Amino acid sequence: MGNDTSYTDQKFEQVGRRVRRPDGVDKVTGRAKYGADAYAPGQLVGLILRSPHAHARIKKIDISKAEKLPGVKAVVTCEDLPDLTGGNRGMMDILENCMARGRALYDGHAVAAVAAVDKTIAKQALKLIKVTYEKLPHVTDVDEAMEADAPVVQDFVFTSGVEPKPTKPSNVSGISQFGHGDVDAGFAEADVIVEKSYKTEQTHQGYIEPHACLANMSSDGSGELWVTTQGHFVFRNVCSTLLGIDIAKLKVTASEIGGGFGGKTHVWMEPVALVLSRKANRPVKLVMTRDEVFKASGPTCSTSIDVKIGAKKDGTITAASASLRYQNGAFPANWGMIGAMTAYACYDLKNVKTVGYDVLVNRPKVAAYRAPSAPMAAFGVESTMDLMAGKLGMDPVEFRIKNAAKEGTRASYGPVYGPIGIGPTLEAVKKHPHMRAKLKKNQGRGMACGFWFNFGGQTCTDLNIGIDGTVSLTVGTIDVGGSRASLSLIAAEELGIDYEQVKASVADTASLGHNDMTEGSRGTFSSGMATIFAARNAVEVMKGRAAKMWDIPVEDVVWENGGAKATGKAHSNLPPLTLKEIAAKSPQTGGPIAGHNETVADNAGVSFASHICDVEVDPETGSTRVIRYTVIQDAGKAIHPDYVEGQFQGGAAQGIGWALNEEYIYGKDGTLQNPGFLDYRIPVCSDLPFIDTEILEIPNPNHPYGVRGVGETSIVPPLAAIGNAVSNAVGVRLNHIPMSPPRILKALDEQAGG
Amino acid sequence: MKISLSPTLQAAANGEESISIVAATIGQLLSKLEAQYPNMSQHLEAGIAVAIDGQIYRDDWGKEIPTDAEIYLLPRIQGG
Repeated sequence: MGNDTSYTDQKFEQVGRRVRRPDGVDKVTGRAKYGADAYAPGQLVGLILRSPHAHARIKKIDISKAEKLPGVKAVVTCEDLPDLTGGNRGMMDILENCMARGRALYDGHAVAAVAAVDKTIAKQALKLIKVTYEKLPHVTDVDEAMEADAPVVQDFVFTSGVEPKPTKPSNVSGISQFGHGDVDAGFAEADVIVEKSYKTEQTHQGYIEPHACLANMSSDGSGELWVTTQGHFVFRNVCSTLLGIDIAKLKVTASEIGGGFGGKTHVWMEPVALVLSRKANRPVKLVMTRDEVFKASGPTCSTSIDVKIGAKKDGTITAASASLRYQNGAFPANWGMIGAMTAYACYDLKNVKTVGYDVLVNRPKVAAYRAPSAPMAAFGVESTMDLMAGKLGMDPVEFRIKNAAKEGTRASYGPVYGPIGIGPTLEAVKKHPHMRAKLKKNQGRGMACGFWFNFGGQTCTDLNIGIDGTVSLTVGTIDVGGSRASLSLIAAEELGIDYEQVKASVADTASLGHNDMTEGSRGTFSSGMATIFAARNAVEVMKGRAAKMWDIPVEDVVWENGGAKATGKAHSNLPPLTLKEIAAKSPQTGGPIAGHNETVADNAGVSFASHICDVEVDPETGSTRVIRYTVIQDAGKAIHPDYVEGQFQGGAAQGIGWALNEEYIYGKDGTLQNPGFLDYRIPVCSDLPFIDTEILEIPNPNHPYGVRGVGETSIVPPLAAIGNAVSNAVGVRLNHIPMSPPRILKALDEQAGG
Repeated sequence: MKISLSPTLQAAANGEESISIVAATIGQLLSKLEAQYPNMSQHLEAGIAVAIDGQIYRDDWGKEIPTDAEIYLLPRIQGG
């Protein structure tokens, strides 16, 4: 079998069990160590001074008084973060986001930082730093930023993707087009055309744990960083590059993570902590306040989207187009491009065209948020799909089934699909009892589909077998949703032992080869693959050891049911050797037994989901409650069904918050008005119904167990599913997310002719 | 073999929707792509993913390309 990634339809003994997670007890008893829980002798408190302006020239920073304050050990500005990027603009953007260089680009942009012996002194020091600003015109709205007379956020940005190359800088950093066929001809063929424009507001991932780290640079140039992150190897590489540290000399240890959802895939203040530590020659702990998390980490985009769909009377879509404008904050990115790629990925379209616009504004740098860019595009497309179904007098599920992508369909983003799961999720919707449940007054039901790519990536795993036969599994992908349990199940499956014999942990960067981020739904897919191969590697070693113990050729040894078995008539009197027996004799048969694998786990396979949602709208207050919710998604193979369901439920819960409540609100002065959980309301348990799940298992042909990533797709359909449900409940179509009570009341008033 | 290009990459290939490159692996394909179309270097720096019969590969340069496969190049993107 070796490292063949092909799916084999094997029967499982361990995989599929709902076992207890190894980190569970520590997490519920408070023993688990998160980003802010590390301490080092002599550590200092770090704090960051941030711009109060949306856009301002920094004329002068006077740190002299702060430096003289007793107890202050270091004060840093951009002068302490010289440009070592060698002309790499992307790295320079990261550096400039960590510390402003001449201009503050958004409310909350870091301009200086201090390290002091305690928080009180650090706060006093911040007050003693005098920054002279010259306020500049700002823009925070995506459509306004695209206007010809909008203030230019970055003068080095010229629109890419257009010919001839522009000669003037623009807030539109890139225009990306996808699609095929002839949409004009397709719309001419249509019997019915529906066009609608949508807006979605900016939201934050809302992870409970703020960004936190403990940096400890030594005078010999080496250093350590303890940090909450989705990818400590990537953090190591980025910090090393920005600060001129040899990669091997910076050891990064990942804490337990209190949520990331994409927001902890970027460095925000970790390089600043390392520089403070280097200057102070003491460890420095930096912990963001919630206010800082909202203002100066990476929320998702706000968007403005136009959708047009044309169809025949029989329900066949003849053409579809979309214009998708995504704001990326103050630094160039490609979130609009991704929106354009995902918008129509669920459908089999002869003529389709999407254009994504990536737009700069004076807001914080945008980061990934669970299937980044896809939920907003799906809101526009799936809302319009329902409108079209209504115009055609078709059932919305049947309309989608008629146009669903299938094996052989050319995806709207380019390639032809292999085997995919959108059709089965829609068929499961049709059959689900939820669809037949009765609704009461002011209640409505909606459904929507969603797509995400899923990724694999660089992965490295070690597996060591102790002399008592227990197994240490060492992985480099951060456990964001129970992957240590899932990976332990996989190791146990391969070795033929019980789950309880395996203990998985996440290694620091000095102990294992590079692992990419836990992003793109890759954790269990890619580390699972590496674990399978590492375990098979260890099995080969154990077969050799058994051969030595029996003094027979290794070719006569097979591995069955958690032990070595001698084959052939000549060895029929040899009883099998268990893993424990082989491990016990390992000191005498060649030393430690280990397995290892490094791989690029590519070809993760795309993912689809369909959601059903019931809401009840209070017409007097405009308040909307989700009263029933069902997620149906293809998992390929659910290694640990609890954690697959958890991902389905978590994505849906975040989507519900996004759809109904969550919103970055900026004032006219360009400052964020609601940087806290009291004014930016994420759903709590009492806001949510039980979120039901149905796991479909359509094996991924490119994973030995058939695994597909499951972490992201479930946030894609909720915005549209809830919008469709609200429309069916009270007859108003909301085209602006969040569908907060004031927006619903306004729509109801307009409907009533008010 | 025929290599189809995402519209976002076509300008770097003189506006062609598809190009012809003979390559046994993804690594060979990408290096020949840059050699034939120097303007592709900016896209290669940002990242290009290769879809082989609809399956997307982002990093595996050693992946062999079947001669009769559909090859589609598109921007490399990230997840959350």
